[in-house]
Amino acid sequence: MSTDQNILVKLNDAGLQLNNKWLVKGVSLQVEKGKIVTLIGPNGSGKSTTAKIALGIYKKIGGSVEKYTNKVGYVPQKISIDWTLPLRVNDFMMLTESLNKDTIDEALSLTGVIHLKDKNLGDLSGGEFQRVLLARAISKKPDLLVLDEPVQGVDFTGEIALYELIKKISDELSCGILLISHDLHTVMGATDHVVCLNGHVCCSGSPMDVAKNNEYKALFGEQASQILSRYEHKHDHIHTDEGEIKKN
Amino acid sequence: MFDDFFIRALVAGIGVAFVTGPLGCFVIWRRLSYFGDTLAHSALLGVTLAFTMEFNIAISVFVISSILALILIQLQKKTNLPGDALLGLLAHSSLAVGLVVVGFLTFIRFDIMGLLFGDILAVSVNDLLIIWIGGAFILLTLKFIWKPLFASTVNYELAEAEGLNPDRAKAIFTILMAAIIAISIKIVGLLLITGMLIIPAAMARNLSSSPQSMVIYSIIGGLLSVIIGLFTSLEFNTSSGPSIITAALLLFILSLFKIKQSIKLKN
Repeated sequence: MSTDQNILVKLNDAGLQLNNKWLVKGVSLQVEKGKIVTLIGPNGSGKSTTAKIALGIYKKIGGSVEKYTNKVGYVPQKISIDWTLPLRVNDFMMLTESLNKDTIDEALSLTGVIHLKDKNLGDLSGGEFQRVLLARAISKKPDLLVLDEPVQGVDFTGEIALYELIKKISDELSCGILLISHDLHTVMGATDHVVCLNGHVCCSGSPMDVAKNNEYKALFGEQASQILSRYEHKHDHIHTDEGEIKKN
Repeated sequence: MFDDFFIRALVAGIGVAFVTGPLGCFVIWRRLSYFGDTLAHSALLGVTLAFTMEFNIAISVFVISSILALILIQLQKKTNLPGDALLGLLAHSSLAVGLVVVGFLTFIRFDIMGLLFGDILAVSVNDLLIIWIGGAFILLTLKFIWKPLFASTVNYELAEAEGLNPDRAKAIFTILMAAIIAISIKIVGLLLITGMLIIPAAMARNLSSSPQSMVIYSIIGGLLSVIIGLFTSLEFNTSSGPSIITAALLLFILSLFKIKQSIKLKN
């Protein structure tokens, strides 16, 4: 057991190698109760892979993962569901844990999709489905929530509401959240700890620390650190298959 | 009560239908039709083995099918061949080897038609015991692994991430497939077992909106197919397997009308 009772999951120098190519390498981070840890970084920087390593989905990894809870809620970035399955939203809510009606209704109401409860999963729009995915993950009142782009495809006002909801859930359930997001504006507001990835850990710390960090500025541009808002991704280096870093 | 051969066949068929219903749903959901076929083809080897060693057919088929399933899983890991090619390879080679062995067994009276297509005259009281006890065991096990198996059918990563151990559920399910083939050979015949798994479940898919209701409709469809099929078999002296499957097909065709209706209602 860890010395710190609050730690839910801890990655020690973790990484994943696939076909002799490191997708992500040397990641160390920990998620504690009641804290939100956010992974940021450009496409292909290993954010989703890192989340899956933390969840224990990959068996052969570099480094190690220590997981101290089994009550996990997961919203994957991509989910391919076979639409030929006869599956209603209500059935989907009980996929990994049997829940009573009130719990399901409460979670669906929180994410604003209670009216879709008896609809077939295949009939939902992208944004609606995303809200159902989030509802399912929070309904089981997990210790650890892993949210990979949880508001993709959700309309603008809904996006803000859902991020507020995520923050509220983290406070109320005092669960730890590992969040992956592209929306840095929101991220900077609610996050306790930011890990900036680019195939490896670029920099990490509190949002302010990261914003001031030179590598972060190099990765995301000067403006990002000033207004903590939206900006273009800029890269000063690329990664070779061996995991080496090459300057552009 | 079980003195009458037809009553025995009926009781056996009903027992089989209770198990093929839910298992068939998973065969459809997980796209395992050809996997079921492959296991069933290998069953002939199990049968010949049983005859040569004077051993119980169901147990010997179960053992051979399980071994074949394990070989398949290993081959999938070790070779670069696509899954369907491996399935075809194992299905036909095990059927061929089985038939060659049958050719050598000239000293045993062998009803090959009955074996391939089912024979209602062949069901003994012993078979009834195996079907009902084995069937109950299969259903209980399936109930036990339902959650991880279903969750990983919907999405493997969700099931794995949320601690359901989908790999174990999959391995157990593979064994259950071998078991259902073993217990339904006498009634349906080894060439048509996959039909008994798939067709009632396909019919059920047309009628249902949730996984649970699909399982229930699938069981009902299987029961009706068995009862109608066996009476036809008795009346017209046809093999039991083809009669049951034909009845299942008719039910499936009927279920298509329900779809038409619901599409009309939607518009």
